[in-house]
Amino acid sequence: MVVIRGGRVVDPGHLDGIYDIYISEGRIVDIAAPSAGAASSPAVTEEIQAAGKIVTPGLIDMHVHLREPGYEYKETIATGCLAAACGGFTAVCPMPNTEPVNDRAEVCRFMISQAAASGVGVRVLPIGAISRDQEGKDLAEFAGLKEAGAVAVSDDGKPVSDDLLMRRAMEYAKGFGLPVISHCEVVSLAAGGAMNEGLASTRLGLAGIPNAAERIMVERDIALCELTGAALHIAHVSARESVRAIREAKKRGVPVTAETAPHFFMLTDEAVGEYDTAAKVNPPLRSEADREAVCEGLADGTIDAIASDHAPHSVMEKEVEFDLAANGISGLETSLALSLSLVRRNLISISRLVEAMSLAPARILGLPGGLAVGGPADITVIDPDMAWRVDAASFRSLGKNTPFDRWELQGKAVLTMVGGRVVYYGLAPGAGRCR
Amino acid sequence: MGGLSTKHILEMASLSCDDITLILDTAVNMKEISRRPVKKVPTLRGKTVVSFFYESSTRTRVSFDLAAKRLSADSVALTAGASSMTKGETLVDTVRNLEVMSPDIIVIRHSSAGAPHLLARHVSLPVINAGDGMHAHPSQALLDLMTVREKKGRIAGLRLAIIGDIARSRVARCNIAGFRKMGASVVVAAPPTMLPFGIDSLGAEVTHSADEAIDGADVIMMLRIQKERLAAHLFSSAREYARTFGLTVERVKRARPDALIMHPGPLNRGVEIAPEVADGPCSVILDQVENGVAVRMALFYLVLGGQRDGGD
Repeated sequence: MVVIRGGRVVDPGHLDGIYDIYISEGRIVDIAAPSAGAASSPAVTEEIQAAGKIVTPGLIDMHVHLREPGYEYKETIATGCLAAACGGFTAVCPMPNTEPVNDRAEVCRFMISQAAASGVGVRVLPIGAISRDQEGKDLAEFAGLKEAGAVAVSDDGKPVSDDLLMRRAMEYAKGFGLPVISHCEVVSLAAGGAMNEGLASTRLGLAGIPNAAERIMVERDIALCELTGAALHIAHVSARESVRAIREAKKRGVPVTAETAPHFFMLTDEAVGEYDTAAKVNPPLRSEADREAVCEGLADGTIDAIASDHAPHSVMEKEVEFDLAANGISGLETSLALSLSLVRRNLISISRLVEAMSLAPARILGLPGGLAVGGPADITVIDPDMAWRVDAASFRSLGKNTPFDRWELQGKAVLTMVGGRVVYYGLAPGAGRCR
Repeated sequence: MGGLSTKHILEMASLSCDDITLILDTAVNMKEISRRPVKKVPTLRGKTVVSFFYESSTRTRVSFDLAAKRLSADSVALTAGASSMTKGETLVDTVRNLEVMSPDIIVIRHSSAGAPHLLARHVSLPVINAGDGMHAHPSQALLDLMTVREKKGRIAGLRLAIIGDIARSRVARCNIAGFRKMGASVVVAAPPTMLPFGIDSLGAEVTHSADEAIDGADVIMMLRIQKERLAAHLFSSAREYARTFGLTVERVKRARPDALIMHPGPLNRGVEIAPEVADGPCSVILDQVENGVAVRMALFYLVLGGQRDGGD
């Protein structure tokens, strides 16, 4: 039996206090107030001292790109899992825009088997495609994907532009209990755009992408969600109009959920500076008003979840002309610390953070969540005060593309446990190493 | 006498007023060289200029090339088709390879905004931007400034009207920055489809009426209308554009009597500019082209460490 001793256990709506968590055979067997001075029971074989730390249900990153199969030079499932473990994530959901696209059971099974073969131990819960080859023409095989282990469907990276196809996808997915994750972008409005349409794009002479390119699709999908009653999840919300539309839809009782990514609450389009491709992402970094709206949306629960949209790229795709550069930020290893900065600035509580990074993704994807006696011991231990400096070169991810390189951050996962097994350990001297 | 405060010529915003004045003064001397029977001085003998043109251009490429040759520099001009880009090599790789062959200046024209900035970060050589996407074209703004100063004797206090597709024009962006910096006021006129978000933040007045922009202008700068923009729904027809924004003899009358007519070329006669205006007495379009060589000679000379009056 393993015990995580004396940490502040935060499991929103359930626990917030100093507890010991007992783990045996991969499951939580007890969560108890610490018995001061009491000697350990002989059954305890390992003690993890967590005093001063925050102990949370395992963090889930419901939106990542692991690039395998097809683009293993950018990331493999193994390196992505390592990055996830070090970032405090016990589970990650890779998007289907691989080569081949994860639009059928075989690809889904391959991803899961690669995760197992990696030996890292992080749970990989793939997201299947909405349409075959993500072409937006015909539905992918949702039943097969579901059987193979997919937890949702999405054509992420591309919007489903055909309104009827999106309607049918929602209806069809509903029958299998799969949420539909929407990449909201009106292609004709965004076409050719390399960054947010705003003062910065005007100054830099880059074609801009207006907020309306996102907002219009968010509103369409909300309309289809009302029509079908299916579970709709809006990926990477970046625009204030989208936040407003989602807030209003939730008030009406529409079953819509949403996520945003740390770069949208940390940065604005000014981060592009003098054509820094590390800050090129889709949807693009927006204005200060948008950034603030995203923070508000997170605080009031309009935006349910924080996902990294981890999008690793090689130097080849980023060290090029700005408009030719690939979109994306390698986010798994900075997501938690950036999100903790919201807590430090009193924009959200620690409990809300755990909700956004663990319980909400679990709820949206229909996974077991929280710290339940008898449940799987998926646990993250966070040192909220640990100061560290981002060094992209030392990322476990193959993707070193981040606008946060060299940033001084505070707060880090120091232990990640999946099914009772420690997959990352940074507590002892020599903190930061991976097991 | 000092030299330039900047190593690269990337955009007007990074040049100080002193830099601009130094370049224009130097260009006046250089122009004199082009008018000699023997148009060549040995100033940059032994220096090598490499030009990359990843976007088609005739006048700018020839202008830079002549500028190098008149100062006795060796110049090599590569165009997109001849470069390794078509073989899949990146821009940075191509230039790193050329860098070890020891050229002294890199001139780049590219359809991607910021491409010269990318090079400036990765190579140790001075980089001159010969036009990048919709972003900047500093040598064009400098030759425009030179032409206006030559004809009017000053820049400060003048009123410049720029008419056309402001949103997609590097010439407009650079001239707004350059003329404002040197004390002129700038008004831009275009239909809203051709104005970028927050254009006034660059320091220009904005109007949707060509007549309004031209009223009282000292300088009218017309931008080329690309007819393929029709496909992007920027305007409804060339005929309507000519009627509402084209520079006609009638419209010119709204400007000051001694107003200058400018155009970066190539012209669409009868669309953005009437032939009789383009060829009329107020037109300085060919002066712009002539001054372009002088400005580029000045840039080469100064970027390689030359100082005012230090030439031979």
